[in-house]
Amino acid sequence: MSRLLTAVVVALMLPATASAACPELRSLEGELMCPTCGTTLELSNAPAANQIRRFVCERAAAGDSKGEIKDKLVADFGSGVLASPPKEGFDLLAWVLPLLAAGAGAAVLAGLVVRWSRRREPEPTLEESSASANGRADLDPALEQRLEDELARFE
Amino acid sequence: MAAGRLKLVGQVAAIGLVAGLLVLLVWKVAGGSESQVEGLRSGKTPPAPGFELPRLVGDGKISLESYRGKAVVVNFWASWCEPCKAEAPLLEKAWRTYRDRGLVVVGVNSQDLSSDARRFAKQVGWTYPLARDGAGDILGPYAVSAFPETFFVDRSGKLVARIDGEVSEDELTTNIERALA
Repeated sequence: MSRLLTAVVVALMLPATASAACPELRSLEGELMCPTCGTTLELSNAPAANQIRRFVCERAAAGDSKGEIKDKLVADFGSGVLASPPKEGFDLLAWVLPLLAAGAGAAVLAGLVVRWSRRREPEPTLEESSASANGRADLDPALEQRLEDELARFE
Repeated sequence: MAAGRLKLVGQVAAIGLVAGLLVLLVWKVAGGSESQVEGLRSGKTPPAPGFELPRLVGDGKISLESYRGKAVVVNFWASWCEPCKAEAPLLEKAWRTYRDRGLVVVGVNSQDLSSDARRFAKQVGWTYPLARDGAGDILGPYAVSAFPETFFVDRSGKLVARIDGEVSEDELTTNIERALA
């Protein structure tokens, strides 16, 4: 039981130990994919991921920059080894298309909002629409006639 | 009137887009050579998905089509795969034993560092053709999900068997005979 516990603790500590020995690994683990598991390197302990970890540390020790290490990995595994696609060539579409889609969506939304707000503007009331020049509302001619008749009865 | 026409065009475009995406989904799920290879499990002999890949060692390319008329064993491997190391001598032995009867063994290295792969091939002493598919482009058509995986192609280019995982000598011999028949 204690052996099993020791093995688990050692397994959990391995990535941390590797990161301490090779600081470049810590900064690259989230930017590289494990080719066999579809997750970033930091989430994988698969043999293929460990192979890339070792390569990163070896190349960093040999003086390669982060960019050079990434380029060498892309040459071996293709651009799929990068967690985010490069901002050039065909892969640039992966960056541009979401922005275009978001812009188009915002434009459509803005258009709809303007249209709905116009439609919901309150209809002018009878008083507003028939206000006469002296500021008082004009009455319907029939109603006016009836009012005149009623008033005449009291005179 | 113009607004109504615009609305109609928009609706037609939206329906067209949704229909297009549906067709794409159905095509991806139901079609493709991946499902053809899966047919092997139900006793069918589908055509082996073709490939033309660079050699792992040296220049030039390896094309499956160029071996038409011969039986081919296609073995997918990687240097970090322990069972691949274990079965390596059996594949080399099979190549040496059956090559005069018209067998070719092709190793396809994938999802691996090319430098490690070359070192591995030298260590295990493989002398048969080795192809390099670093990005794993042909893993999909062959429906390979783990290494090693071995396919047997007959002289007419049809798949006759596959072995998931490490091969045994008996399995290798039996399926090679099937492919050569």
